[in-house]
This record gives sequence, structure tokens and C-alpha cells, in this order.
Amino acid sequence: MSEELDPRWGGAAVAVVVVATLVISTWGLRFSRTTSDFFVASRRVRPLLNASAIGGEYVSAASFLGIAGLVLAYGAEMLWYPVGWTAGYLVLLALVAAPLRRSGAYTLPDFAEARLASGPVRAASALLVVAIGWLYLLPQFQGAGLTLAVVTGAPSWLGGPVVAVVVLVGVASGGMRSITFVQAFQYWLKLTALLAPLAVLVVVWHGDGRPLPRDLGTGLAGAGGDDGWSTPFGGGISGLAAGPEGLYLTYSVMVATFLGAMGLPHVVVRFYTNPDGRAARRTTLGVLGLLGLFYLLPPVYGALGRAYDSDGGLDGADTMVLRLPGLMTDGLVADALTAVLTAGAFAAFLSTSSGLTIAVAGVLSQAVTPSGRGAGSPARGRRPRWRIEPVTAFRVGAVLAVAVPCAAALASPGLPVARSVGLAFAVAASTFCPLLVLGIWWRGLTDVGALAGLVAGGLGSGVGVVVALTAADDAGTGWGTALLTQPAAWSVPLAFAVMVLVSRATAGRVPADVDRFMVRLHTPEIVPLDRG
Amino acid sequence: MRVTGPPRRSARRSSGAEQIDAGTAVGEVYLRSLLAEQLRLGLAVVGVLALTLGSLPAVFYLAPGLADVRVLGVPLAWAVLAGAVYPFLFLLGWLHVRRSEANERDFVELVARRDAP
Repeated sequence: MSEELDPRWGGAAVAVVVVATLVISTWGLRFSRTTSDFFVASRRVRPLLNASAIGGEYVSAASFLGIAGLVLAYGAEMLWYPVGWTAGYLVLLALVAAPLRRSGAYTLPDFAEARLASGPVRAASALLVVAIGWLYLLPQFQGAGLTLAVVTGAPSWLGGPVVAVVVLVGVASGGMRSITFVQAFQYWLKLTALLAPLAVLVVVWHGDGRPLPRDLGTGLAGAGGDDGWSTPFGGGISGLAAGPEGLYLTYSVMVATFLGAMGLPHVVVRFYTNPDGRAARRTTLGVLGLLGLFYLLPPVYGALGRAYDSDGGLDGADTMVLRLPGLMTDGLVADALTAVLTAGAFAAFLSTSSGLTIAVAGVLSQAVTPSGRGAGSPARGRRPRWRIEPVTAFRVGAVLAVAVPCAAALASPGLPVARSVGLAFAVAASTFCPLLVLGIWWRGLTDVGALAGLVAGGLGSGVGVVVALTAADDAGTGWGTALLTQPAAWSVPLAFAVMVLVSRATAGRVPADVDRFMVRLHTPEIVPLDRG
Repeated sequence: MRVTGPPRRSARRSSGAEQIDAGTAVGEVYLRSLLAEQLRLGLAVVGVLALTLGSLPAVFYLAPGLADVRVLGVPLAWAVLAGAVYPFLFLLGWLHVRRSEANERDFVELVARRDAP
């Protein structure tokens, strides 16, 4: 069994993905003629293409490499992450998809302003989008560095800047129309890159006749009892806390992932590229199917890793997927399979980073275009006193969106950033979920109520972010740690309660045109109605 | 741009859509019924999700014996969380799309009629 990987294969795989991404961006550019193409692909993206694109940018490295590693390290309870990430789209479909598209909002701040006509709520939403986006981008850059280091032996700082530059070139040149093609391509690339090696590895495993982990004990972290590895709740979601705290942690992760997906900034931008509300629903259903298909695979890697990599240790869990072919096969086969998996992992870094960059850049550029919403909905802006071309502002925003988290990843390589994706979900669930759900279904929401709820949910989950990113790994397993590191189970209800109660107390501030806005959100586009 | 004026009761009954635009009580009823129907559907889907997936951690916590149950040789937790849950989520989503589109079709028919009360 060859443990050493040939760096040329890994380097070639990364190069192929990067070149393919740039070629498709350029090819998409030929279709990107107008400003509307640039920002919203002229709202003509068909459901299957759009679903592939959403799947492409949603399936990040946390899905491609992380789940198998977590399952290897902590056992079956980690399966709640992919389940939650998928179920989040069902909740999105049931409560938000069609009305969000019909609202005409390009970003979450757009939605807040259209619904509540309030500058402060818009500003708070913009701040949160940027915070969530950066929290989510940081681990992409660090993961890219880790992957490049494992497969090519490059220094671990190199991967982040490589991803950052490729993303910037793609996003800044082609805009939404060409990125849609790139993202859709990358979903299918990731699925193939995970499925094809798995087929080979399962055949190898079958030939070996090794026992599956059913006979193994706990996860590598040693949580739970004898059979703890295969039971979902023996040790709690952290794999460290047992008992009721463990149960709390599991539920908190469920709340964060089920309700957080709708508040991720890169998701909302994609909804606006649907032709209408009905297409938005069908797109979401497509995403549910594509994610369900993809998430069948990583747990199998986790199980195989248990059978072959039981001495790899916790530190190697993150890169177990990349090392598995080398542990199970030899020579050329191992090198080829590793190269395919590397290509998939890099596609994951690129697509998620591109999606987030578009979202954050959109919000940042709106902040500098004086028309307020000029960048997102070119037709609706007020005439500005001074003018920056929306496309120029977007490109400047894209540079900012990428540079800050990339610099942070370089400056603090030791930060436990693997958790920050989970925390991004917790923040999104505690802020944008109440704003969207109440804004769409409840006429009584006021600007003051929304702002108070955003602040309460943002501070509640933000405490969790600070504690989780600064605390040591062995911070303890008591209730205090549990409540602070996984805040969603209490911060989401808190945000809902504050929004409702403060809105009730300020009922006089309900926007006058709320009925007109409800017509716009909920009625099918084919009915000729005044939508404000 | 749509021009809306006061409802012309004498000439002919106005359609539901015109009632909604004019903000009459009847239009309000149409809109509220669509909203209530769609909200009920959305909450039903989320409720089913909460009762099924949401109850799993508690069930496994209260009945640790389930950990030993195997389905075709696969531990129950794995069979559910790494397999069965995904078709289930898709099925729920498909049902929601079907029902919500049916609700919208009903609404379109309703507001197009002129013989409405």
C-alpha cells in the first residue's frame, strides 16, 4: 500500500479543474451581453440548470471532504449534518421559495427594504450578509490550502490564494450568467468525482472481505459506549458531550441547519435568476433531489475509512477521503483515484467560494452605488447624484469579498475554522430565518421589530461564534459550553419572539402598502394584478 | 401600469382580480384565503418534518435498545440517516410543489370569475 502520493497527479488534477472553470466562464461570457445578464442571468435560468448550479455552490468542501472525516472521527451522529443541510431546502421550499422569488429581491437586504422600507433594517441585513459570507469563505480558503498541501506537498498557505484568484477572474469577468454554467458543471463534476472512485473502492473492499464497521466500536474520538459509533446520539453531536447535553447539541445543530439554509446569502441570489415563483419551487425540489443523491456517498467513505484508516488519528480525518485510495489500492490506480478526488475537492472550493463571493460582492457594491439597489435591480434605482458603473462597483466588491477572508485565513492558520461553516448556519437561522418567515407570512412585522429581532438573534449566535473560534478544543463538556458553542436552539426562538413582541408593541409602524406587497409575494404571476 | 378606479357596480360585476386591486372586502377575502391555504400547507410540511426527523434524536435517546436493531445488516441509525431520509425529504417536497401549484390554480380560476359574490 503506497502511502506517499505522487504530487504530479494532484497538481495536474487541480490544474485541469482550474482551466475547465476558466474556459467555461469565458464561454459563458459570450452569452453575457447586458447588465441584466451580468447580475441575474436575465432571470431566464431553467429549473434543472439552476438546481444544478445551486447544488454546485452548496456542496462545499465541508460536504465533499468534511462529512466522511467527521463520520470517521465521531460516528453516525455526524450524519445529522448532511441530513440537516438537505432538510434545510425542504423548509426553504415550504415557507420561502416562491414568495422570495416573487418579492423581486436580489439580496436579503433588498428583501428587507422592499418589505419594510427601512434603511436601518437594510443596513443590518447587509452587515449580516457580509459577516455570514466571510464566516463561510474562511474555511474554504483554509481547506484549499490543506488539500493542496496533502496532494502536492505545496506549502499550506498556497491553496487559499489560488482559489481566490480563480474565483475573482470567473466572477469579475462573466458575472451571473457564466457563473451559472460553471456552478452547474461543478455539481456534476463533484458527484462524478465522488461516485467513480467509490465504485472502485467498494469492489476492492468486497474483494478484501474486510468487516464493515459494524464490528468496530466508537468513533476515533472515543465517544459513547461500545456501539457508540453506529448510534447517532450516544455522544452528542460534538462527539464529546454525553447525556442530555449531547441531546441538546444534536437538536441545536438540527435547528441551525434546517432553518439556516434559507438565510445563506448565496442561496437567495440564485432564486432571483428563476423566471417566476413556480420555477423557484421546482428549482428547490430539484436541489432536494440533487443533494439527496450526493449525500448518499460521503457516509460510505466514512464507513470505508473506519475499516481501513482506524489508525489515521483525528488529525488526518479531514483528508481521509483523499488518502483512502492510497490506503486501499496501489500504484497507478491509487494515484488516478486520488487525482479524481482532488479534482472534485477543488471544484468544491471554487464553486462555493464563487457563490459566496457573488453574494457578498452584490451587497458591498450596493453599499457604494448611491442608487441603493442599483446593482441588483437596475430598473428600479433612483437617479444618483454621482455615479459608479454597477458592474465596476460589483467588481470592486468582489475583490473585497475575497481579499478579507483570504487574508484572515493566511494570518491565522491555526484557527479552528472547520466549525465556522456550522456557525454560519446558526447565525443565518437566528437572523434571516425569522426575518424571511415573518416578513412573508405575517403582515404585522414592523421595521423596529425586525431590527430588534436581527440584533437579538445576531448577538445571541454571535456570542457562539466568538466562543467557538477562540475557545480551546477541550473547553469542557458542561451545559455552559454546550449552550454557547451551539446557540441555535435558543437563539432562533429568541429572535422570533423578539421580532413578534416588538412588532406588536410598535403596531402603528406597519408599512402602509403591506397588502400590496402580500399580493406581490403570494399571487401567481399570470394573474394581472397591481403588484406595487 | 394598471389603471384602477372605483368598482363599477352597476355596469357589471367586477372580477376577483379587480376586487383585489381595488382593495374591496371581497378582494381581501380572496387574498387571505390564498395566504391561509399556502401557509397551512407549508406548516403541515414543516410539521411532518418535525414529527418524523425531529423526533429521532429523542427516540434514540429514550430507547437505547434501538441501536442494536439492524436493517439488512445495516445499523438502523445508518439505514435511516444515510439512506431512507433523502427519498423521504424529496417525497415531502414533491407533495408540497403539487399541492401549492393546485392551490394557485384554484386561485387563478376564482379571481377570473365575474359571477363571484
